[in-house]
Amino acid sequence: MSARVLPWCLLLALAASARAEIPLAERRSGYQDMGHATRAMQDDDAVNPATLWVLEGESLWRRKAGAAARACADCHGAAQESMRGVAARHPAFDASAGAPLNLEQRINRCRVERQQAKPLAYESRELLALSTFVARQSRGLPIEIESSERTRPFLEAGRATFRRRQGQLNLACAQCHDERAGRRLAGVAIPQGHPTGYPIYRLQWQTMGSLHRRLRNCMAGIRAEPYALGSQEFVALEMYLMWRARGMPLETPGVRP
Amino acid sequence: MARVVVNLPQRARRGEIIEIRTLAGHDMETGFRRTQLGELIPRDIITRFTCSYNGVEVFRAELHPAMAANPLIVFSTVATESGTLEFRWTGDNGFSAAHSASISVD
Repeated sequence: MSARVLPWCLLLALAASARAEIPLAERRSGYQDMGHATRAMQDDDAVNPATLWVLEGESLWRRKAGAAARACADCHGAAQESMRGVAARHPAFDASAGAPLNLEQRINRCRVERQQAKPLAYESRELLALSTFVARQSRGLPIEIESSERTRPFLEAGRATFRRRQGQLNLACAQCHDERAGRRLAGVAIPQGHPTGYPIYRLQWQTMGSLHRRLRNCMAGIRAEPYALGSQEFVALEMYLMWRARGMPLETPGVRP
Repeated sequence: MARVVVNLPQRARRGEIIEIRTLAGHDMETGFRRTQLGELIPRDIITRFTCSYNGVEVFRAELHPAMAANPLIVFSTVATESGTLEFRWTGDNGFSAAHSASISVD
């Protein structure tokens, strides 16, 4: 490539990426585009169905488990203080794993290592209850994902997944959620896809679900083979999505249509 | 473990209309869905909800298969006297959940 063409190519590449990514000030939580009834449901703990999971999580937090006969509360004390802000920092890099762990995996790691109990199955009611209860303690706090030398490869991997066309429909996440967010797909507004309220109570599911369940939904929608719940690919994508939503307040437990 | 959330004011003036909000954790399986193998999933729903105020029934609801999971039931009653409100949900397969809350009326 000649020296004269190269700068133009770079400029075009920059322009393309600038168009693709949503400027920080223009980011919107899916909450802002919901109807007022759904918003009211999320805002009021007395009618937010996720409260059932928060309360169950609270009792699991205090229940002794595993061969160590220890409860989460025995080490961590009151979750209202010890777990404040924790969900807003996850997925977080774990030195012993050499990779990021999301909140569900962190809870299970604690269960295996400290409580000497069996890990809870991904998407099981108990794990959803515990992760919802823990994430609830970060409600309103800004999402803050570590961006450093050690997390960069995973953030980049997540970004690459987000940008990669896949499935029979040959679509990338970015094509809908970066480039066409706010427009409509089959009569429904396309959200920007910020994971601000997970685990969420999704009215369509009639139950709580993790972000990975939601991601599987999206992948099935573009007729791609979904990654497994809790897989490295999904954790990297989750980390990128959380980084993309950095600074936005966590809403857990969110309600979504 | 039956999971319920009940929300009502702890205090009220005599004669005041109070709002009571209840949420019960239940899958509300309609009985119309089938598994991937084509077998019918049997119905499993809450069929009845009652609220009694110092032993007197003040509200009752019958629930049916088209109702959403984790039904939210909001109703109102008149605060007549201090005492206890008993809430009871019953349903298929022996489902039963109960909750009681006290209110002081002055």
